[in-house]
Amino acid sequence: MPGSTEAVIAANRFGLGARPGELQNIQADPRGWLKTQVQGVRALPEVLKALPSSPQLFQEQVQALRERREAQQAAASAGDASKPTATVRRRVIQEAYLAQVAARYQMAVRSNESFRERLVHFWTNHFAVSMDKIVVAAIAGTLENEAIRPNLHLSFFDLLLAADSHPAMILYLDNQASMGPNSQLAQWVKRRASQSEAGQRRKVDINENLAREILELHTLGVNGGYTQADVTAFARVLTGWSVGGGQGLANVARLANAARLERGEPGEFVFREALHEPGAQTLLGKHYDESGISQPRAVLKDLAGHPSTARFIATKLARHFIADEPPAAAVARIAKVFLDSDGHLPTVHAAVVDCAEAWTPAQSKFKTPHEFVVSTLRALDYLPDRPAQVLQPFELLGQRPYSPGSPAGWDDIAGRWDGSDALMKRIEWATQVAQRVSERKSPLQLAELSLGDVLSEHTRMAISGAADAAQGITLWLVSPEFQRR
Amino acid sequence: MSKLISSSVPRREFLCATGMAAMASFIPRMSFAYAQTDARFVFIILRGALDGLAAVAPYGDGNYQRVRGALALPAPGATNGALKLDGLFALNPALKNLHAYYQAKELLVLHAVASPYRERSHFDGQDLLENGTTAPHGSLDGWLNRALLSMPAASKQSTEQLAVAFAQNLPLVLRGEQKVGSWAPSKLPDTDDDTLQRIAALYSSDEYFLSRLQTAVSTDAIASEGASEGGMNMTGNMNAVGQGQRNNSLAPVVTAAGKMLKQDDGPRIAVMEASGWDTHANQGAEQGQLFTRLEGLDKAIDTLRVAMGDVWKNTVVMVATEFGRTVASNGTRGTDHGTATCAFLVGGAVNGGKVIADWPGLASSNLYQGRDLQPTLDLRSVFKGVLATHMGVSESVLENKVFANSQAAKPMLELVRKVSAS
Repeated sequence: MPGSTEAVIAANRFGLGARPGELQNIQADPRGWLKTQVQGVRALPEVLKALPSSPQLFQEQVQALRERREAQQAAASAGDASKPTATVRRRVIQEAYLAQVAARYQMAVRSNESFRERLVHFWTNHFAVSMDKIVVAAIAGTLENEAIRPNLHLSFFDLLLAADSHPAMILYLDNQASMGPNSQLAQWVKRRASQSEAGQRRKVDINENLAREILELHTLGVNGGYTQADVTAFARVLTGWSVGGGQGLANVARLANAARLERGEPGEFVFREALHEPGAQTLLGKHYDESGISQPRAVLKDLAGHPSTARFIATKLARHFIADEPPAAAVARIAKVFLDSDGHLPTVHAAVVDCAEAWTPAQSKFKTPHEFVVSTLRALDYLPDRPAQVLQPFELLGQRPYSPGSPAGWDDIAGRWDGSDALMKRIEWATQVAQRVSERKSPLQLAELSLGDVLSEHTRMAISGAADAAQGITLWLVSPEFQRR
Repeated sequence: MSKLISSSVPRREFLCATGMAAMASFIPRMSFAYAQTDARFVFIILRGALDGLAAVAPYGDGNYQRVRGALALPAPGATNGALKLDGLFALNPALKNLHAYYQAKELLVLHAVASPYRERSHFDGQDLLENGTTAPHGSLDGWLNRALLSMPAASKQSTEQLAVAFAQNLPLVLRGEQKVGSWAPSKLPDTDDDTLQRIAALYSSDEYFLSRLQTAVSTDAIASEGASEGGMNMTGNMNAVGQGQRNNSLAPVVTAAGKMLKQDDGPRIAVMEASGWDTHANQGAEQGQLFTRLEGLDKAIDTLRVAMGDVWKNTVVMVATEFGRTVASNGTRGTDHGTATCAFLVGGAVNGGKVIADWPGLASSNLYQGRDLQPTLDLRSVFKGVLATHMGVSESVLENKVFANSQAAKPMLELVRKVSAS
């Protein structure tokens, strides 16, 4: 039977789950199969290239909002007091989102490089943006294709810079209008304050959100050795790190017509010098006296190479590929490679493959709902035609794509998804999907193709004894071997 | 094997009625404890750090208007004014039902409260709020789970279903040694019982999955009893749950939770969570983003009260968040992460109609690190007080097991009225 334990580990623990025939294809050299995937550039596939970019979506939304405003004004002048609904923008968001989801899972389900796809998901989750915040709802899914995929062959610094300057991130963490209290804009507002009440009410100050989350979630980690003073200083460093087009900046822009506020291209990163806090800042004991955009770049560069960052990233990788409580030795090894290679991502990813701890036959990771759905679709080679149907199981099982609900992303510890109700919902969905696909399928063959040597005699017996094919498929999908990786 | 039973029959009855061999290990030994207490405790966790000064405004503090600026609420009596509690405090106008509870002496407001956490990470702050220690990740289980182990109800019977989390998964506060169920509405059809039995047999050699399956089945059973009693469809109108790892809103679960809590053989403890309190930008004041959130919370609590019917008189609902927010607004009309905040105790068993606060004041010299509301009350004192007086957890258990190293946080023993046996 094809499917040595090593091939199963490569396909299911490192990859997103074996497709029919995959175990056979890779079993000559499972590690080689993984290592090839981390090397080199990949052109963006057509299915992803066809998606609208974040600036395009940004402009579509602005246009939709403008149309609504005009409709409102027209209705008001016609004496129609009924409130128009917010559907125009919702429509842009819904269309964009469903297209992003359909494309993402076409990649995830069909890809022959599913370890690379898993790494894409891992980093998207590390730099999490959640579409439940309406201002980023349409563009939350673009960060993956615009910032993560194009940088997987480069260094962590490149990835960090791309992700944290992506408009979705800046808007999600409220940095677009964070202003230096001594910036040009602040000076302008102060001069105006004596003349207008609005000027007096307008408070020019920083917003700490992005700065804090970069330190806590993207680089050093919460115990990485920074203080509140570092957060505040970094927030001052990041003032002006913004998005073009005035989104979220209407108030500022109105106030600051005269302040030569850079408009930038709508929906694209722009550094607004007029908002930037002038002067040097001290962060983690180091003095940064660069001016303008060089200052945040210098800080990000240092953060990317900080030993705390290496340890934090290594811990997350080891937790993802080895165990919820990752072995310290593996973490230390990956962290060392991270530092030695200057955060070169292919080298770091290869180091994870080289961890002996990741190759133990015991399945130590309980699949997340997301992993369970993706591995099921791969094992069945089944992708529903309608995007809404692709989306449905992720929603039902509690992990709606691009919606982790917090900048920390989805947790990688089973306690967060192993509730009793969550298991019942997996069973219910497995039952439904089994009924949908069961025609002309052999449950036992599917089980063997996806689990190889890892399929236990106990589960094999249960599947063989099933009343019909659909029940057999359900039993395979909910079996402990398939639920874990 | 054919499908044995129609899905309208409560699954628990079916499971108990069938004597099949494969079922022997599957039937939960005791589905829901016939608890020895009539007291009900509901813990609502607000994730994201609720701005306590927005929810409960210290309008009588001479510095309030100045330090809050555009975030200050209009004074009680003004248009859209805050709802007066006493000479110092008033509720956000969104909290109309809570205000009525206050007047009925069923709401206790606690202010300037904080857990022992003094940093400003949401995730560590929530971890510590729920793990009950003095350090993030200081324990892998939650304080409420540890308390369950020693509640009087647990002494004779399984506590398996003494508590339920109204979400697909357990929040940390309920995770631990004591088995606890979770429940969220489902849009999927039930899996037939024959398949479930076979899955139970499949899991017979894997305790991790088997125990979860057993718990799920018994929780479903009590949920369907609640549904049939209340004449409501538990699978309807609940499509919001499960769209995020954390439930955005309480609305989809409060009615179901209330109906389950109401039953004699139902759970005594429920935990729910609502996110979306992280108001870094455009927070609003007497209207706006946070107002709408608070309105939803206020309505959800009232819906819970209605669903609980008679047992509301035995109920304490505690509302708490991981930390507060900066006293002053930031540069984007919002607030950044802070320290002390407010908390609420609501319910028929609450000794309410008061604000408990050792008010630290809003003058800049009184602020924590010059920016946040200074904490003057340890949340653990509130938790301990409720567990001791309402749920009958002994003081030694509280000190040694539930909240280790919390001697400094003395339990507050006057938060709750004595619950009469029904």
